[in-house]
Amino acid sequence: MSGALTTTNAAALPVLTTGAAQQEFVTLRLGEQLFGISVLAVQDVMRHQPIAPIPLAQEVISGSLNVRGRIVTAYNMRRRLGMGEYPNPQAIMMVVVDYQHELFALMVDAVGDVLSLPMRDFEKVPANMDASWRGLAAGVFKLDGELLVILDVAHVITLKAKDAA
Amino acid sequence: MDDLIGEFITETSESLAVLDLELVKLEQNPNDQHILGNIFRLVHTIKGTCGFLGLPRLESVAHAGENVLGKIRDGEIIVTPDAISLVLEAIDRIKSLIEHLANHSSEPSGEDQDLIKRLNAFADSNGATVAAPTAEAAKPAEKFIEPRLDGMFSPAEMKMVSSTSQDAMDELERAFANASSTIEGGMDFTKAPDTFLIPDAAPEPTPAAAPAVLKPAISEQAKEKAIKQGLDTDAKEGGAHGANQSIRVSIDVLENLMQMVGELVLTRNQLLQVVRHREERELKGPLQQLSQITTELQEAVMKTRMQPIGNAWSKFPRLIRDLSMELNKKIELKMIGEATELDRQLLEMIKDPLTHMVRNSCDHGLEQAADRVAVGKPEVGTVTLSAFHEGGHIIIEIKDDGRGLNLERIKQKIVEKELATDAQLEQMSDEQIMQFVFKAGFSTAEKVTSVSGRGVGMDVVRTNIEKIGGTVSLSSAKNKGSTFHIKIPLTLAIVSVLLVETSGQRFAVPQLNVLELVRVGGESENKLEMINQSAVLRLRDKLLPLINLRDVLKLPVPNNANEVNGYVAVLRIGATSFGLILDKIYDTEEIVVKPVSRVLGGLDVYSGNTILGDGSVIMILDPNGLTKSLGSLELAKDDSDEKAAALAKEKLASFLVFRAGEGAPKAVPLELVSRLEVIQASSVERSGNDYVVQYRGDLMRLKTLPDMLIPSEGAFDVVVFTYDNRTIGLVVDSITDIIEAPLAIKLTASEEHLLGSLVIMGKTTDVVDVGYLLKDLVNDLSHLGNSAPKVSGIKVLLVEDSLFFRKLITPFLADIGYRVHEAASPYEALDLVESMHGDFDVVITDIEMPEMDGFELASRLRANPRMARVPIVAFTSTVNDIFKQRAIKAGMDGIILKTDREALLMEITKQLNTAREVA
Repeated sequence: MSGALTTTNAAALPVLTTGAAQQEFVTLRLGEQLFGISVLAVQDVMRHQPIAPIPLAQEVISGSLNVRGRIVTAYNMRRRLGMGEYPNPQAIMMVVVDYQHELFALMVDAVGDVLSLPMRDFEKVPANMDASWRGLAAGVFKLDGELLVILDVAHVITLKAKDAA
Repeated sequence: MDDLIGEFITETSESLAVLDLELVKLEQNPNDQHILGNIFRLVHTIKGTCGFLGLPRLESVAHAGENVLGKIRDGEIIVTPDAISLVLEAIDRIKSLIEHLANHSSEPSGEDQDLIKRLNAFADSNGATVAAPTAEAAKPAEKFIEPRLDGMFSPAEMKMVSSTSQDAMDELERAFANASSTIEGGMDFTKAPDTFLIPDAAPEPTPAAAPAVLKPAISEQAKEKAIKQGLDTDAKEGGAHGANQSIRVSIDVLENLMQMVGELVLTRNQLLQVVRHREERELKGPLQQLSQITTELQEAVMKTRMQPIGNAWSKFPRLIRDLSMELNKKIELKMIGEATELDRQLLEMIKDPLTHMVRNSCDHGLEQAADRVAVGKPEVGTVTLSAFHEGGHIIIEIKDDGRGLNLERIKQKIVEKELATDAQLEQMSDEQIMQFVFKAGFSTAEKVTSVSGRGVGMDVVRTNIEKIGGTVSLSSAKNKGSTFHIKIPLTLAIVSVLLVETSGQRFAVPQLNVLELVRVGGESENKLEMINQSAVLRLRDKLLPLINLRDVLKLPVPNNANEVNGYVAVLRIGATSFGLILDKIYDTEEIVVKPVSRVLGGLDVYSGNTILGDGSVIMILDPNGLTKSLGSLELAKDDSDEKAAALAKEKLASFLVFRAGEGAPKAVPLELVSRLEVIQASSVERSGNDYVVQYRGDLMRLKTLPDMLIPSEGAFDVVVFTYDNRTIGLVVDSITDIIEAPLAIKLTASEEHLLGSLVIMGKTTDVVDVGYLLKDLVNDLSHLGNSAPKVSGIKVLLVEDSLFFRKLITPFLADIGYRVHEAASPYEALDLVESMHGDFDVVITDIEMPEMDGFELASRLRANPRMARVPIVAFTSTVNDIFKQRAIKAGMDGIILKTDREALLMEITKQLNTAREVA
């Protein structure tokens, strides 16, 4: 079952390598929810840094920052997921991901361990998940005691013309 | 492709370019053995290599060409234009064979016996045979006629990587030596490499020997020699730029190097900032060293991208020669400053615009020899190309000594094309008027020649130059000639920007667009003034429209904001200037432009972003994007955003602007106005509740806007509208102007006599609803029974992109009893048809609409089974045979002039009857 699933998701989900039995994910937390991003997409994890705002940009775009000489666009993941403001702005962590040769910093509450997970525990997004989340998630891992929502980086980065603007 | 062949193609392409030049030179200096020797050698090399690589067609053409050249060298044939034309023909043949070879990796099939026979016959008869009919001699030139503005690279160029000149290689070597040199750093950088810039045709190191072998680095000896020759040889005499040696470096490698150096510079800057606040002596020395080396490394790497502009000019001598034959004019080409260097990328991008302008100067600028003599000018016309550096920019001028621009003709054309009104033209300087030449569809050539004059081109030239951050302008004096001035940045990668601040946030403005900085408010004598919510600045007796950056970017107003204190940066794009209101102005900085993230793609106010010396990220403003807010600041605040956006798409329209009553200036679309009159108050009569005046043998009713009265004495201005041979006069205080403005109307429903408002020249202006004024008249007409018989329940689909015509026709038709559904665009119409399930009795459509024209709409409607038999009437401002034919083809039933509403009514009735009969 899970094998078939990964294949169907492969196109939309370059972060999941088809066929591999185990895959590694960087885990991060936003509010109560645990999320995962394929370790292959993650370039860097950093503490919060000053961000230069970009006037007129969509609301989810916090601005841009300089990461080792490259300009990185910062995403407010709480807004992206419709979650309200960051409880502790000083503690924000940034997960820098590479999407189509461009870098993006996803601002999250906290970053956890890298987990290596068996693909047989991977399931597609539950049908009753909130519509705004379902578009951003690739699937779910059943962990002991909680669920890990795998983010689809392509969908997180790609904004519709009027998305939350 | 085979590596050998690839090398061969690149090298031969270069040799061919040199050959073109040298042959033209030879024609002018028939006895120059040096040039002749060079030509002979180049052709010989091509022939030899072709034989080696097994390319028989190329070899035989080159061989035949070499034969002729051999005879010329031996003095058996004298150099004549015929001889040169024939050899050039052979060169062209080789070019086309090479091109095919580059695309298909093989020689094309076929043979060249015709040409070879002519060449051989010419050689055998020692030049007695006529080379070719003159018509054919001119033929190769046609190749140049079509400007290659789309694809800039020939296949051979595309296949190959950039060729950097010898000096660039030296630069690289130097740069690396530099980087590896440590504390010593005592190398002599003052030895400017400029001496290498004009390498002579350098007879010794010919590219003859081994095309397939990469040239080894040149020995010190050879370098010295090059310097010597560079110094010894007069640049004008010697310059065969293509013949210098080069190593080929992949563009990727260069770009990568460039990027890394950019990052090195940024890191260096950060390091400097950190150390500045410390007193660590042992760090300071090495750091200063590092800093200097970094700077030099950056400059050196930048240099590798630089190429002399002569590379882009190299094809002009040949072009001029061909043009002078074709146009039958005597033209001399002068080139000044060929060694001026600019970025390789820019060089590629200006090649085609330059070609177009040179061609333009030859065709339009220069007169025929006889005409020149008649006005006392030398028979031979001169086109001068010059290039020089000026403050971080390169200036290129293309000058001819021809007849100059015909200002009257341009003015006439401007009015004809409705680009401006006579009134507007009177306000313009000659210079401003000349710039209209760069507008699309503008050509003053009385006759269209194959060389130029099709009205395409100059606007493309301007667009292409502006695309690379440059400007182009034109100056001209009657009978003295015209000059194109082009100003472009030295490189695309690094630009100079002005750092500014608004609401505590910093932005960068490209220095190229900044005309001047003005302090406003406070003790400054410059004050901001408001005209109905639009800020303007009185600058040297001219009103400058202002944009507040804070408003455009929707930034918060800081608490301590002092509105009157600040700066205005006067920006210029093309011919328009405007002021940008800012809080603070910092310094200028050289920055490396990086493209904005693709997720910000829709924001046209930014042209890029960059990292400053202090490591912070900053957005670069795009003045072009900012001007878009000039006319639409009001709209941005409007609720009906979509409506406004849809209206903004409408084309430009001319407005008559006038003052009437209180408040903002008023405007009506000029197309609806029939005349302007001055009426004496004493001639006004009263009829019932109406004021009338005797006018052209009839009575004209006078109307006023609600808050105005008809003056009881003196004379006043009246705007006359005509409707079905009836006239109505609108009494106004004064006529202000006729102005062209986009139909970006903000609709208001508050006052029924107004259609809405729009911003004309930065001023909010109320647009008067002419339909309202005419309403009484329509009622009048129907009461008089003068109009079509009443109908009921007939559904009309009206497709018209002009709001005014919709506003005019809808009440007119509705009054008779038609149920009118309006669509502002063909797409809207198709949607309406869909949602109404095609339930229409007749369709009336405009023809000229953006996105889709009326013909296509008709075809699409006809494809819908529900609409297949509904009459479609075209309603257009021009009716001609072409339109009529296209209308029939598209399945339309009739075509009616927009001004003739009576005919429209009759046509509708007729079509409805026909449709009924058929049914």
